[in-house]
This record gives sequence, structure tokens and C-alpha cells, in this order.
Amino acid sequence: MSVSVQESDFDVGAEIAALSEDRREVGAVASFVGLVRDISEGSTVAAMTLEHYPGMTEQALEEIVAEARSRWSLHAVRVIHRYGRLEPGDRIVFVGVAGAHRGESFAACEFIMDYLKTRAPFWKKEETPDGARWVDARDSDDSAAQRWETR
Amino acid sequence: MTVRILYFAALRDAVGCAQESFTLPSGVSTVGELRTFLADRGEGWRALEEGRNVRAARNQRMAAPSDPVMPGDEIAFFPPVTGG
Repeated sequence: MSVSVQESDFDVGAEIAALSEDRREVGAVASFVGLVRDISEGSTVAAMTLEHYPGMTEQALEEIVAEARSRWSLHAVRVIHRYGRLEPGDRIVFVGVAGAHRGESFAACEFIMDYLKTRAPFWKKEETPDGARWVDARDSDDSAAQRWETR
Repeated sequence: MTVRILYFAALRDAVGCAQESFTLPSGVSTVGELRTFLADRGEGWRALEEGRNVRAARNQRMAAPSDPVMPGDEIAFFPPVTGG
């Protein structure tokens, strides 16, 4: 199981260890953890609620992982994305990639995050002192994803 | 000749509806035409008007305006995604 969409937290250490377990050909594990920040667009954020599109979310993440596997030679990939109400400091997303060498592991990990940001159907709603507000998509996320298209 | 339509996040708030069963009228055979038809309901539905930043999915895959809509399809409209 390479993709999980879940309400519960995850154990970063256990996930990283699992990527190379019983795989002696793995020489490089790269990982990324995304966290809830307590400030956004100049407002303090008490919490955020992540909504998603059940069914499509899992499918979109599987496709992103498959695309990464077609671009780089990878031994293992793990993506976990949470939904529901999360508070500052809480983990949102984990991406872990195991390859033979660091170049492909770093690149694939960043690629998966960049594509996830623009293709996986999640939406954030923040609780601020002025009330709840939906987070707007950033142009910088689109350009981050686009740079992979010319490679 | 019905489809299921889902709305998510800020778009669901705007239209005041999470999902509906919708009978395809004649002249609506693509995702883009469906979007225009829904926007013409007025008021909150104008959030679907052309020029607004709305994405669509057909049967749980990202869809383009020119993609066909077939009976039994699950069509979803939502704002640009903000996960990660």
C-alpha cells in the first residue's frame, strides 16, 4: 500500500524505516513532512480543516506515484495525506521515496509534492480571528508543478 | 439520462449544495456546457460562470471543458486544490 488518505496521525520514523526494510538495494531515502503553521497571509491560524474528494483523492495520488515511478527508478514510495481538523504543529502530509542514489530520491520526493499540490483534490479552510476562510490556491504552486513538464 | 454532480469546498458554500442528481437537458453534452447551464441558475450558482477559477472532474479524474458528459457519470466542480 503506497498511498493512504486518513484522519489519523502517522509515525514518521516508522514510515521512513519501512521504505528500506528488506530492500538491500536501497541506498537513499528522501522524505518530506508538511505541517500546519500558526500563521497564514498575516493572520494567526488556530486550526484548519482539510476537506477532500473521497475516491478521487486516492486515485489522483496513485497516479502521481505511478508518474514518479515512470520517471525515476524507485524501489519504494509512500504518500500519506491527512484530512479533518488539524492544529498548528500537526502533520498534514508525508512523502517518502527510496531509491538507489540520492539524486533520484530527492527529485522524486519533490516532484510528488509539487504534483500533489496542484492535482490532489484537497481544500484547506483556516480558522482565523476574523472567522473561517478557504485558502486560495497559489500561483507559485502551479509554477512549481510546471517546471517538471519540460524535463 | 441523469448524472450525479458534486460540489466541494468554497464552491459548495457558494451554491449551497453538496450534491445533486441532475437530468441532462438537451444541448448539454460536455463538462463545459454543463457548467454554463448550472451557472445560469443565477445567484450563488454564478460562482460557476466562465472566468471564475473552477476545476472539474469527470468520474473522479480531472476533466477539460470539452470532455463529454454521459448518463451515469459523476461530475464534480471545485476550486483549485490547496492540499499538501
